[in-house]
Order: sequence, then C-alpha cells, then structure tokens
Amino acid sequence: MYRLISLRYDSVLENIMVKLQNLPAVEQGDLDLQWTREMVDRYFGKNLRQCIQCGNCTGTCPMSDQMDLGPRKVIAMVREGMKDEVLKCNTMWICASCYECAVECPKEIKITDVMYALKQYAQKAHTVPHGVTWPIMSKEFFNLVKKHGRNRELILMMLVVLKTNWLRGLELAPMGIKLVMQGRLTLIEKGISLGTRKKGNLKTILDAIQD
Amino acid sequence: MKLIYFPGCCKFGTGRVYEESILPVFDALGIEIVELADWNCCGATAYMSVDEPKAFALSARNLALAEDQFPDMEKIHIVAPCSACYLGLLKAKHMVEENEEIGRKVINALRAADLDYKGRVEVRNPLDIFANDYGIDNLKKNVKRPLKGLKVACYYGCQIVRPYSEFDNHGNPQTMDRIMAALGAEPIDWPHKTRCCGGAQTWSSENCLKLNHIILKDAMANGADVVATACPLCQFNLECFQSQIRAKFQPDIKLPVTYFTQLMGVALGIEENKLGMDRIFLRPSFV
Repeated sequence: MYRLISLRYDSVLENIMVKLQNLPAVEQGDLDLQWTREMVDRYFGKNLRQCIQCGNCTGTCPMSDQMDLGPRKVIAMVREGMKDEVLKCNTMWICASCYECAVECPKEIKITDVMYALKQYAQKAHTVPHGVTWPIMSKEFFNLVKKHGRNRELILMMLVVLKTNWLRGLELAPMGIKLVMQGRLTLIEKGISLGTRKKGNLKTILDAIQD
Repeated sequence: MKLIYFPGCCKFGTGRVYEESILPVFDALGIEIVELADWNCCGATAYMSVDEPKAFALSARNLALAEDQFPDMEKIHIVAPCSACYLGLLKAKHMVEENEEIGRKVINALRAADLDYKGRVEVRNPLDIFANDYGIDNLKKNVKRPLKGLKVACYYGCQIVRPYSEFDNHGNPQTMDRIMAALGAEPIDWPHKTRCCGGAQTWSSENCLKLNHIILKDAMANGADVVATACPLCQFNLECFQSQIRAKFQPDIKLPVTYFTQLMGVALGIEENKLGMDRIFLRPSFV
C-alpha cells in the first residue's frame, strides 16, 4: 500500500515539475513594483497588500461575468506589479461603481476606488480596450461640465451614441422621442455663472488642482 | 429646521420628475427648503472616471458655496435627492475632512476662488429627512389618501447605502419601507433592494439590461404593484428599458416605476399630475 501511494505521489510531482518548466519566464523587469507602491500609497491603497484572495468581490460584483478579469484577479495583479496586463483589461470600464465589493471585502480594501484609479491610468497610457463605451461617455460628460458647470443629458446621449454605436441610437430613438415629448429631455438647460465672477468661479477652482 | 436643497440631476432632464414630486411634498409637510444658488454638477461617477482630484474639488465647490451663502447657520444640512449627488457630496466631504493631502489640495483650490470649507456642512438624503427628522408618526398624521392595498417594492439602489451607511443598513435597508408603511402601503420583502441597476452604463452601452431585468422580475415575482425608487438614474433605467427587456429576456415584464416622493405626494392628498405622474411611462393605479 505504501509503495503504491509513493509511486503516485512521484508521478504527480513529476507532472508539476514539467508544467513549471514550460511556463513563460516572468522577468523581474516585467513587473512594475514602483507602480504597486504608487497605488498602495494613495488614499484607497491602505489595505491592498492584505488581500487574501477570498473572492467576495468577484462573487458580489453584478458585472463580473462581463469582465475579462474579475476584481479579485485585478487586485492580485496590481499587488504583483503586472501593470501592462491590468491596464489593458476591460474590468474597470465595466465596473458600475456600486461599491458592493468594497463593503463585502473582509480586509476593507476600497476596490471601487482602485477601479477609478485604473480608469485614469489606462486613459493616460492609452490602453483603453476597443468596444467599451464608458471612456467616451465619461469624457463627454467631463467636457460638458467643464463648459457649462452642469450636465446636458440630451446632448450627452446624442454625442455618446454617435461616437460609439449609432445603430444603438436608432434602437433608443423611440424611447428618446417619448422622453422629449414628456419634457424629460430638453436641449436648453440653465448653466452656471462660469466666467463672470471671481467668487466661486468653477474654472479657477478646477485649474488650481494640479496633479 | 431649514434645509438647503441641492437639485443636481433632478432639476432638468430625465430626473425632473423627482424635483417635481419632492418640492410639493416638502411644502405639504411644512419643511422649509431653499435652493443652493449657482450649484454645479456633483460629477457623479463619470467625472471621477476622468480626473479624480478635480472631481473632489468639483463636488466640494457646492459644500463651500453652502458655507458662503449661509454664514449664520452653525450646521448646514444639504439635502440631495439624487443618489449620485448624495454620494458625490458626501464622499467629497469625507475625503476633504479625513485625507490630509486631498483636503489641502481642495481647500487651496477653493481659496483661489475666494471660498473656503470649514466642515459645517452635513449631507443628507430625503429618505433620512422624512423618516428620521420629520418622523414616521408625524407622517402618519398627514396622510389623507392612504395607499391601501398598494404593494410597493422599495428600491434603494446602491449609492445611498454604500459605501457610507449613514442612516440605514446597506444589505437590507428599511427607511423607505417604513415610510411606505406609514402611508398605508404594503412594502414587500424582496432580495434586490440595493442591487445595482447599472447606473449610466445602461443607456450608454448594452451591458446592464440584464441587471434591470433581474430587479424587475423579482419585484414582480414577489407581488409588487409598483417599484418606488430614490434615484433618478435608477428610475430611468428600470422604467425606460422595459420594452427592450421584454424583447430580449421576458415578454411579460411590465411594472410601473415611480419615485417614492410621488407615492408620498399621492398619500398626502396632492393631485397626481402635480407630482409628475403624467411624465412617467407607466402610471400605477391607486384605490
């Protein structure tokens, strides 16, 4: 009995050794531990290194089935410094910011805020994957708020649909027309006093924030 | 108590029915409110996706404006009906007060425009104001048309109770349920009170249709006559995509979706059309 078990153990071990030899080598230079350090030092990164890979985040995430990599994997990869792979994935663009992961995490890692940071890194590095609409939506929103101080829903919707998938515009058109007729989508909306006065000038405030 | 009203997405656009219904309710209950002058967009989830430090400053401008416009108020209570605005302002407040680096950057930026932030502002949600400040017992006394037999699925959405659970439990909140019960309605017990509706992704991409299907089908399965929401984006998502959900997932999905303030207004005896009932897709029927 003892010999049978030890034989089986040997072949399993041999199997593992063969597989390990066939893995692509990860050079020390491929990992960006400086980037990990940067993430950990930011306000949300305090417990990042304490992740126990329990998977609560991916389990409670309502969008995880549509992500390349679930939040659990992303946190592990951020911790290991796999910057290139993380910035290329679609995870942060599918994230709906519902904070379910952050409240369920037993180590209280602010995962949603990690996702926001990854969105910003990916935009700066130009590694946004093809086919996700959030980067375009948020950029148009950002521009509208910069220009008017407030959002303009109808214009935002039209811009996003034209820039991403205008066929979807045809699909959404009946709903859009109904909303316009109900007065829930309008072209003209009141903005704020952006450039006229010094006190509380929005442009002054935003320009004063430097990275 | 005087409240400062921050309209955000509730003033114009798809969410205008929220303001249309909440202002008459404040009036009927005798709650004094004054709108924050020259308020700007809170940034919601979209602005923070582009530039995080600026997003906190964007939101904080509103907090600083409130302090500037009401210098005699010791504690300023800003009520923000829209959930994204509520979280945007609350998060900015927490970040500026608790994180030294962010606080310093934002306050310096505010000072560049002659504003300042001293921490006198409290960010409040209308659910909290009605149930806790005004009080359930006082609400009951004002009910003129009890919502008898109306089964309500109270849908809170995600950002009112997460990540900050200031006034209610994040897994199974009860504030809206208590308000509905006080109005004579029957709040149902169902599992998706705070499950995400997809937010701004539902209209901008096609990922989130499924999330709305899950919420609607379980509300219907648990016997709901209407879904009461507290967020303009939740209301828009749950209501306006039902025809697409019928085509893609389940042909019998059909459920009226209103703001909880519209149901409050009906119970308080306010005329239905004054509460924006003519501006929603499916009107619930009342006894």
